[in-house]
Amino acid sequence: MYEFSYHKPSSVADAAKAMGSADDPKILAGGQTLLPTMKQRLASPSDVVSLRGCRDLVGISSDGSTLTIGAMTTHAAVAASGDVQKAIPALAALAGNIGDAQVRNRGTIGGSLANNDPAADYPSAALALGATIVTTKRELSADNFFTGMFETALEEDEIITSIRFPVPQAAAYAKFDNPASRYALVGVFFAKTSDGPRVAVTGASQGGVFRAKDIEEQIAAGKTPDSSGIAENSLNADIHATAAYRKHLIGVMAKRAVAAAG
Amino acid sequence: MSATGIGASVKRKEDFRFLTGRGNYTDDINQPNQTYAYILRSPHAHAKIKGIDTAAAKSASGVVAVFTGEDMQVGSIPCGWGVNNKDGSPMNEPFHPALAQGKVRHVGDQVAVVIAETYSQAKDAAELIEVDYEELPAVTNSEKAIAPGAPLVHDDAAPNNMCYDWELGDEAEVDAEFKNAAHVVSIDLTNNRLVPNAMEPRAAIGDYNKGTGEYTLYTTSQNPHVIRLLMGAFVLQLPEHKLRVVAPDVGGGFGSKIYHYAEEAIVTWAAGKVRRPIKWTAERSESFLSDAHGRDHISHADLALDKDGKFLGLKVYTKANMGAYLSTFSTCVPTYLYATLLAGVYTTPKIYVNVKAIFTNTVPVDAYRGAGRPEATYLLERLVTKAAKQLGMDQVAIRQKNFIPADAFPYQTPVALQYDSGNYEATLKKAMELSKWDEFPQRKAEAAKRGKLRGIGISTYLEACGIAPSAVVGSLGARAGLFESANVRVHPTGSVSIYTGSHSHGQGHETTFAQLVSETLGIPLENINIEHGDTNRIAFGMGTYGSRSLAVGGEAIMKALGKVVDKASKIAAHLMEASVEDVEFKDGKFTVAGTDKEVDFGTVALTAYVPHNYPHETLEPGLEENAFYDPMNFTYPGGCHICEVEIDPDTGTTQIVGMTAVDDVGRVINPMIVEGQIHGGLAQGIGQALLESCEYDDSGQLTSGSYMDYCMPRADNLPNFMATTESTLCAHNSLGVKGCGEVGAIGSPPAVINAVLDALHELGVEDISMPATPQKIWQAIQAASMPAAAE
Repeated sequence: MYEFSYHKPSSVADAAKAMGSADDPKILAGGQTLLPTMKQRLASPSDVVSLRGCRDLVGISSDGSTLTIGAMTTHAAVAASGDVQKAIPALAALAGNIGDAQVRNRGTIGGSLANNDPAADYPSAALALGATIVTTKRELSADNFFTGMFETALEEDEIITSIRFPVPQAAAYAKFDNPASRYALVGVFFAKTSDGPRVAVTGASQGGVFRAKDIEEQIAAGKTPDSSGIAENSLNADIHATAAYRKHLIGVMAKRAVAAAG
Repeated sequence: MSATGIGASVKRKEDFRFLTGRGNYTDDINQPNQTYAYILRSPHAHAKIKGIDTAAAKSASGVVAVFTGEDMQVGSIPCGWGVNNKDGSPMNEPFHPALAQGKVRHVGDQVAVVIAETYSQAKDAAELIEVDYEELPAVTNSEKAIAPGAPLVHDDAAPNNMCYDWELGDEAEVDAEFKNAAHVVSIDLTNNRLVPNAMEPRAAIGDYNKGTGEYTLYTTSQNPHVIRLLMGAFVLQLPEHKLRVVAPDVGGGFGSKIYHYAEEAIVTWAAGKVRRPIKWTAERSESFLSDAHGRDHISHADLALDKDGKFLGLKVYTKANMGAYLSTFSTCVPTYLYATLLAGVYTTPKIYVNVKAIFTNTVPVDAYRGAGRPEATYLLERLVTKAAKQLGMDQVAIRQKNFIPADAFPYQTPVALQYDSGNYEATLKKAMELSKWDEFPQRKAEAAKRGKLRGIGISTYLEACGIAPSAVVGSLGARAGLFESANVRVHPTGSVSIYTGSHSHGQGHETTFAQLVSETLGIPLENINIEHGDTNRIAFGMGTYGSRSLAVGGEAIMKALGKVVDKASKIAAHLMEASVEDVEFKDGKFTVAGTDKEVDFGTVALTAYVPHNYPHETLEPGLEENAFYDPMNFTYPGGCHICEVEIDPDTGTTQIVGMTAVDDVGRVINPMIVEGQIHGGLAQGIGQALLESCEYDDSGQLTSGSYMDYCMPRADNLPNFMATTESTLCAHNSLGVKGCGEVGAIGSPPAVINAVLDALHELGVEDISMPATPQKIWQAIQAASMPAAAE
């Protein structure tokens, strides 16, 4: 790890200020990606601005039609929340299966979405559920938020404050673990919404999380979902899975998600 | 049986220390004025070093010194075992430098060392070192490495990248058996390369005392005396009395901490230069790139059978990947720990084995839990099951037909070993019973209703361990003896310290060895300490590997304890005014037959050190004895592993739903520790079969260099094990013990793969390679279900 200046503001307003005055800052949420990357010397920010002291970014509330989760809420807190379990049980289950207990106790929903790891679980939930990402500057729909692998519409000094999930009629997440890392080799989040079915796929694509519109149409038409319409050349291939296997798994996981949503 | 003696499941004495964070590992040790080393490693698999500029690094903040191969001109890191080619000529043994000399040969090869006040400073400064590399083409696969035109890892020092081309047996004789055969069954398989992944990364601290001229090395080793010998005599030319090697608590080894590594020599040598202690601790990524890897065999085998399925002859051709350099025991693994095991539990009369050991641009390969024996077992047990299928025989029946019968011991195999004891029918029957083998068809049918493919696989295996008779291994090329030493020191108040040359790095020696003492001397466990891991405190030691600690180290302790009891009996006879022939010793008390005279062990111990009333004319004071023990033969654990799996055909995922292990490990001293050892071995065997794969890309980069990509077995990958023992006693040691550390990793991989193939049989899948990942299984199902290609 290279040397850096550490800031721990106590409010999101102060955090934004610290970001604005630093040379090459990084926001530290739960640190589950940033810290290993820094330890490997693959990232060398001049300043690290921790949001750990921003209590205004933590918390979960639900009004029956919308579930709101503060950006610094940990995966463990989401998994254990009665509000989440009641409103969107699939989201609680997803959070409870991220990484391991240590990761879930440190990692946060805002950090996960801002990082947009192509194999992370949360982006598929945000996209399939049609979430709204609330930041220090604006509100972004999930459809406009994820712009590519490890890329989002966030500006350099923009901080996610909360995520609003419209409560769906039903939802389920089916994940096929990378056997080694336990990230999603392929994860499919299906949500039955008032606007019709929404299906988001994580782990599979070179471009990060994406909506599988083809599969949404199959479901809307009452057909069993399959992945025949997914272009294989858009999918990832690595030592764990070829693009063909990932394409196949998208179909299997989509079927399982639809079945689980009931 | 006493509550703390032989056969008791005593809780491990060392666990309080380990579980409460009070262990003392190498990285926990700090010396006054200590510095820290960072090793700069090659990013290339194969490159010439045209120049190294260390000027900027040397002047960086906190830097004490920077050394390269040019500075460190020392001896070659030695290989401990010479193997001869078919024609009798010696193997190619290229120079193995501690720091690269003009060339790097694998990603992770040591190029320079930076020594600084802090580790971060050393690492920062290393980034300022400019190495001018001229990249060369690399080769990582052993078959490709011996193809014409392949890049040469050692240039002229190993033409064709060949280390040796070795054989065992008479090929023409075996060919003659094949002419008479009714059936020949052939198989091609790969035994996948593994990364050992001990929980504690390697670490070393070098120290030099200018006042005494003595060097000290603290290191994560399974055998500190061996390191003292290899590094002292061969690399740094330091005599034993000026070099102390300490291996304190060590957090797992699995073989990977047997070997003498460059970093040990670097910190010891450099400590003499900078006159300050130097600590180096591997980062996990460095462990992947520098701990000796395991396995990596490519083999072809042919089995000749008569019309009834009786084995007539076996021919095996193996290419063993040595990696870039010869690690300490690398050369004996695919020969004397592999080829000699290819009779297995069977009466195959004629066997021929050819092994080519081949250099590649990869991390050196050496012994990893089982070492050679898992490779032999996997080949044999896959082949036997394939033979059963090909001949339409039952896979159990074909094994039983060829078993060495229980009354045939001692049994001389055609591949050099003489088995002393065993009962393969007994372990097979018990395993079949415990796994409810006969009811498998019902379970398969039930699984099918749930859409799952269920399969069952078996492995009846044998291993040779308790390594080893010195005379035998010496005749086979070992450059060291393989005895063990023990010292029993009875203190004046009757407590006992044992100094053993075995080294515990998770095996529970502090408990098992103490049980031997408790049983023999009748004293409680808390009065016994087991000391190990320090060349200045232990007379000598060959260390712990090859399941040898109890069968060799434990026997040495028993031998020394016998001497203690002999002397103590004489003291007791004197105290009781009796003839020593009439003295009996039992449960810690000396008695005289037919009288009520009695003296306890503590009184005798005190008398030995306060010898007021003492037979001075015939006995020296004190009560302390040494023994060295060299075994007569290897020991031969064996047994039967049965695995049952369910495969999800939609994803290719395998779930192990049953794992039964019935092992003959000889006499069991602590059943709980034995079961723990077997569980650990099974986890690693299952890891190899289903999860773990060390992968290189064509340029020689390790693509599975972290836990993000290298899949270690986790609890949810494993079923509840049904592990038990069904033992025959070793015929040539006093305890009757064989060894239990490796059986799990040796017997299980073929049982798992045979089960996977059994599950996939109905779909037409006939082969799968390890690890049988979901993707590979899915691909195999796809390939088998494709209509045959137009021909």
